[in-house]
Amino acid sequence: MLNREELSKIVLELVPEAEIPEGTQYPEAIIPAEKLVELTEKLKSDKRTQFDYLISHTAVDFLTHFTAVYHLDSTEFRHLLVLKVKIEERENPEIDSLTGLFPTCEFFEREVFDLFGIKYKNHPNLKRLFLEDDYGFPLRKDFRDEVNIIER
Amino acid sequence: MSEEIIKDVIIGENEEYIINMGPQHPSTHGVLRFEVCLQGETVKYLIPHIGYIHRGIEKMCEAITYPQIIHLTDRMDYLSAHINNEAVCLCVENALQIEVPERVKYIRTILAELNRIASHQLWWSAFGMDLGALTTFFYGLRDREKILDIFEESFGSRLLHSFIMPGGLMHDVHPNFQKRIKEFIAYFRKKLPEYDQLLTGNIIFQNRSKGIGLMSRETAIAYGVTGPSGRGSGWSCDIRKIAPYSAYDKVQFNEMLETEGDTFARYKVRMREMWESMNILEQLVDNIPEGDYTAKMKPIIKLPVGEYFQRVETARGELAVYIVSDGNKTPYRIKFRTPNFSNLFVMNKITSGYKIADLVAVSGSLDLVIPDIDR
Repeated sequence: MLNREELSKIVLELVPEAEIPEGTQYPEAIIPAEKLVELTEKLKSDKRTQFDYLISHTAVDFLTHFTAVYHLDSTEFRHLLVLKVKIEERENPEIDSLTGLFPTCEFFEREVFDLFGIKYKNHPNLKRLFLEDDYGFPLRKDFRDEVNIIER
Repeated sequence: MSEEIIKDVIIGENEEYIINMGPQHPSTHGVLRFEVCLQGETVKYLIPHIGYIHRGIEKMCEAITYPQIIHLTDRMDYLSAHINNEAVCLCVENALQIEVPERVKYIRTILAELNRIASHQLWWSAFGMDLGALTTFFYGLRDREKILDIFEESFGSRLLHSFIMPGGLMHDVHPNFQKRIKEFIAYFRKKLPEYDQLLTGNIIFQNRSKGIGLMSRETAIAYGVTGPSGRGSGWSCDIRKIAPYSAYDKVQFNEMLETEGDTFARYKVRMREMWESMNILEQLVDNIPEGDYTAKMKPIIKLPVGEYFQRVETARGELAVYIVSDGNKTPYRIKFRTPNFSNLFVMNKITSGYKIADLVAVSGSLDLVIPDIDR
């Protein structure tokens, strides 16, 4: 099991431009969007890290940008890493899909697409999961639905 | 002439056709639709369609306070209501850096284990019924009733309790609590062997479950199949062991693992978990410390700015709560990583190539609860 410093060192080794915030609950790394697939692939195959289990993937809307959040776990060492990717584009947000590395990500990504409208490149079947095709993206902070949601 | 007829039959055999299983089907235990593509009787592929009861719990939570969120988590996996409540409470307490009294930790663990037994009992009942053994339903519900009675006496409700609150419990447990749990354990220790006599050794049941729906350890990890379903494939994924919370670090228990990875292995894991849960209960029930039932909490709970993540083991697998707080009394964003969501989507992978009748056995062995998928 690697501690926070060792994990940050490995991430910085692979992606020098990564940003490592201090004082978070779990080791965290904010990385540029174009490095996401490359880094996760290396983290998965690296003998020291072996991040082979994706616990969850979701997104957060900060109005100025979206943040895609990945919680990675290693079944071998049981250390946890939080990967974050900022998506500045709001009209047509797009990010690489991790389905090829983690099959479970296919459905997390479909859920995020359904509720946030973030598109995934190279996704095998990007369709809405829960809602109808003409519904808005409800987890965006600027989403308004006068009929079904009562403002407090 | 005769050649033509034979040719016709073969053409019919090779034709693909689609069957919609659900949204109202007794073996899906909820509104879930499988679009099953068949070739003859064999499943070629399967597409789950969900969202029939999507309530937008995550969106609703953005407008309500943390104590109010507890009541919505009950409605996700209604068979693990206590454990869902606990997940949010642990996350909130962790963010506020509150140490809850020992008494609370013990009672929470006891409730979680009782809930796990009750959930597995209902699963066993329904699983037997899915495979045509109707008697299991009566046996399972008869024993589950005893646990629900304990719940009713202490919390006034039988299914959705909302009893665990941030900082502790809503109120103290009933004076009979310990006595009735001990009575239940003595009772259920006698009754659980009946389950094995009735179903486990049954040759029809074994033929329908052994070697069906094979899932390797790699598949389980890749698809994030946790809980008893993942442990049936030999993946040790018990959060109670990996990251102990509440009083799990004070009890001795084993993680139940089976390596076959078929429907019967998942069945065995759950049966053994019921025994193990009773062992955990026995270690705790006599040692509940005296003390307060809640820590001192402010009337309005505001989490410091930051992000918090908490994993717990429900009866079906790993539930993770991810809260992003902006310092208000409502969360900025809350995400529930529910076990059934991931468990459902492995269905296509592990049923392809098997007969359509096996589909019912496999989906039963994954123990799906639909509101947990749809949230």
